[in-house]
Amino acid sequence: MSKENGLIYRISGPVVTAIGIAPRMYEVVRVGHEGLMGEVIELHGDQSVIQVYEETSGIKPGEPVVRTGQTLSVQLGPGLLTQIYDGIQRPLPKLEETMGVFITRGVDADGLDLEKKWEFNATVKKGDEISSGQVIGTVQETETIEHRVMAPPNAGGKVKSIKSGTFNITQPVCTLEDGTEIAMMQEWPVRSPRPFVQKYAPDVPLITGQRILDFLFPLAKGGTAGIPGPFGSGKTVTQQQLAKWSDAQIVVYIGCGERGNEMTEVLDEFPHLIDPNTNKPLMNRTVMIANTSNMPVAAREASVYTGITIAEYFRDMGYNVALMADSTSRWAEAMREISSRLEEMPGEEGYPAYLSSRLAEFYERAGRVRTLAGDDGSVSVIGAVSPPGGDISEPVSQGTLRIVKVFWGLDAGLARQRHFPAINWLSSYSLYPQALDQWYRDNIASDFPEVRTDISTLLQIEAELQEIVQLVGSDALPVDQQLTLEVARMIREFFLQQNAFHDVDTFSDLGLQYHMARAILSFQEEAKKAIAGGAQLEDVVNVPARTDLMRGRFEKGYDERINELVTEMGQQIAASMEAN
Amino acid sequence: MSGKEYRTITDVKGPLVFLNKTEPVSFGEIVQLRLSDGSMKNGQVLDTSDDQVIVQVFEGTASVDRQTGVKFLGDVFKLPVSKGLIGRILDGAGRPRDGGPEIVADEMADIIGAAINPYSRQSPESFIQTGISAIDACTSLVRGQKLPIFSASGLPHNDIALQIARQAKLVGSDDDFVVVFCAMGITAEEYNFFVHDLERTGALENAALFVNLADDPAVERLITPRLALTAAEYLAFEHDYHVLVIYTDMTNYCESLRQIGAAREEVPGRRGYPGYMYTDLAMLYERAGLVKGKKGSITQFPILTMPGDDITHPIPDLSGYITEGQIVISRELHQKGIYPPINVLPSLSRLMNAGIGPGKTREDHKSVSDQLYAAYAQGRELRGLVAIVGEDALNERDLQLLKFADIFENQFLRQSRDEDRPINEGTLDLAWDLLSNIDTKYLVRLDQKWIDKYHPTDSKDSEEE
Repeated sequence: MSKENGLIYRISGPVVTAIGIAPRMYEVVRVGHEGLMGEVIELHGDQSVIQVYEETSGIKPGEPVVRTGQTLSVQLGPGLLTQIYDGIQRPLPKLEETMGVFITRGVDADGLDLEKKWEFNATVKKGDEISSGQVIGTVQETETIEHRVMAPPNAGGKVKSIKSGTFNITQPVCTLEDGTEIAMMQEWPVRSPRPFVQKYAPDVPLITGQRILDFLFPLAKGGTAGIPGPFGSGKTVTQQQLAKWSDAQIVVYIGCGERGNEMTEVLDEFPHLIDPNTNKPLMNRTVMIANTSNMPVAAREASVYTGITIAEYFRDMGYNVALMADSTSRWAEAMREISSRLEEMPGEEGYPAYLSSRLAEFYERAGRVRTLAGDDGSVSVIGAVSPPGGDISEPVSQGTLRIVKVFWGLDAGLARQRHFPAINWLSSYSLYPQALDQWYRDNIASDFPEVRTDISTLLQIEAELQEIVQLVGSDALPVDQQLTLEVARMIREFFLQQNAFHDVDTFSDLGLQYHMARAILSFQEEAKKAIAGGAQLEDVVNVPARTDLMRGRFEKGYDERINELVTEMGQQIAASMEAN
Repeated sequence: MSGKEYRTITDVKGPLVFLNKTEPVSFGEIVQLRLSDGSMKNGQVLDTSDDQVIVQVFEGTASVDRQTGVKFLGDVFKLPVSKGLIGRILDGAGRPRDGGPEIVADEMADIIGAAINPYSRQSPESFIQTGISAIDACTSLVRGQKLPIFSASGLPHNDIALQIARQAKLVGSDDDFVVVFCAMGITAEEYNFFVHDLERTGALENAALFVNLADDPAVERLITPRLALTAAEYLAFEHDYHVLVIYTDMTNYCESLRQIGAAREEVPGRRGYPGYMYTDLAMLYERAGLVKGKKGSITQFPILTMPGDDITHPIPDLSGYITEGQIVISRELHQKGIYPPINVLPSLSRLMNAGIGPGKTREDHKSVSDQLYAAYAQGRELRGLVAIVGEDALNERDLQLLKFADIFENQFLRQSRDEDRPINEGTLDLAWDLLSNIDTKYLVRLDQKWIDKYHPTDSKDSEEE
């Protein structure tokens, strides 16, 4: 087999063609004297086309190309959490140590610390029959998360020996009768989904604390959501809010082709954030992948696969995982860039013809499943899309919308009015409410779905009325319709708007959301009664208790006071009737 | 490399030269072409293989023939950098243009520039006061940010950029900015305007200029910003300077990018611009920022003119996805005679929240800014309504907002070209004065405690009571 070593034939940006080797598709190869990491993406006669994950300037034809025999894989095991990786699972702090603040090239770094010792507690014993994917022991990886060490794929049989104690992740902790040794670390090729037993229908909501999302357009655990929006409409803030507040146990955050400063903000801020569910630092449950827009484009292409493989790994332990990818458009553009270097026949707008199937494959890796170990775990995927010019008729948005079940449509107009989150309540949708309604009835309030319908109906009616107002002004409307407008305004300003940067307002639990929605409806009811009894609309709208109710949401302990404020508002509205 | 000269040109296409049968040549290598009349041109390797090498020629391929000698210099493009760059004017390829001597290099720096490890960045959070109310109050700039000016032909973006360059300072700090100015395809007239203004204010001594004018080779524009940013990085991260990089006009840069793409017969993306334009622009814009353990910083002010005033055009669109906000210049305001004609509604600074507030500007800054936005946005919307139904149909609140929109434009936005308003006593206090034209009960974005503390009439009322 002299087909292990070859030579570079051609270099064009991140795409290198090699001759003299016969690698497999998607095999990782080392390119040039510096041993740059690359992946085989096309075979063409004697030529192998390689996408290189590092900058290629200065490399010459004739330099060596060496096969590794492996496909692009990630290392999975204790040490993933709190880590910050680039697109090919090189830890960024490690890169800083070896290369300084600028990322140069030719440096290899393990995804996991191979030396670090962990306290392993065996949960099976000698003589037990284990199968692939089964949990054989645990490691307290961070304060909040217990890492469940699983038998790797294709390993199974009777346990010959297993020991608890302190080990690094490559030392075998368990030996099977057939001689297989199992260590805490396993590797998995990023482009293949990890196996599971069965996919379930999603029927539990992923609670995010964001009112418009949870209440009007909920996402289920194991579901998929797309957030398309023009720049400046708050995509990134929305993603970050989800990463901070969603009730998933593990969060994988992929900054794909992101701004460097924004990524830094996330990296700086996350370690200081406290998980509202556990009161421990949020980082304890987070894995970050940061591949900024100026880092090599091929690594950007790989970053979403690296991320979802890590997410699946935690899912297999029985955790609920939320994965945010910001932005999938940059990923698609990376595909386009590489495809154009390959001189492939382009599809729509220069994107490769396989764009939509790649998007579908990626989102299909989400789901709530029964794991090989017999537990329930889920991966929810939330992908941001950055459509050029905010026009969602473009291929990436369309390819995404065909697959995802939830659409959170960001709106530049709302962002300009500083209505945040700038999610358009008329164009957004969620296909999950039906599946989730029973859960809401059982866990929050028996009339939760009805309240939601009332609120969204009001918003619909408002949209219709606004068209008339645009023509004739609001004073020309009958008073009951003017009231409807006021109620809808209250929904928008009090309920849908939520300040991500405000300590209190940034998160509302479902119970509070329900009470806030009820408060709006009870305002409507009381106001209707009062107006029928002769009160002036203006007096009703301007009762001080209503202002207190609305401003109160910025204060701590609001959930305890809200009902009191609603009662007070009711009394004042009733009084405004008597005053007339 | 042995310094061998090849005469194996097979094809010449636009700015590209194709050669056969060379020794192995590395990707990105610098190339020298010697024409039959003895004149020299420079280029760079775009594609290399055993059989063929493609070279882009910066000065254009006029007069290149099959006899032209091509020499590969064995290295990628580097800029000689030293502190001596400050006060100098260089051309678009880094050669002195001011008649001065060559730059004595302390170091030769690769102009492509490596990506900053996101983990090694420092969050930008020092407020820069520009003295322009619209920017300071509503789209606050912070050190290490990249904030482009989205303008269009015929608008005073150059004046605004210069005013920022002149007035920019950190509140309570004497640190001055060094300006690195990068011109890409601007006219000689515009260039003179910049240079005269920088000279007049003495800023030229504190600036390094890289100039590619409209009649200079178009392909050279692709390296000019890289030279400027390489100089900026050197000054910021080796010599602790705070560098303000102004480059104009990004639209010309992108045109050159498209030209190369077309010559290579690449599959075009939107409007003929290459599919990798996003990555290419990112490799410029992302060279802004602060780095842990270094004192200096790079703040970028790219100026781009939106073709047809269209913000969805690929150039502003892709820029907006990379930069941390944008300052949008409005033709409508300009025609009303308002300077600076900044439309704050589509303008945005993504790093604003990190740079304002207590200890940085003032505690009420965020609330005031939100309120200004909201009131002005609603006021402008009402203008449309009034055009249809007349003012009589408006209620009290709407009337006040409508009036506020005019007040905001004429008193808040409008300021003279040399008026330097301090943030707190100038801009924010002015904002409160103007907001007092609206009943406090309609000022829903303002926290009550700020109303109590800063509202000019409201606090008077409470004293009287």
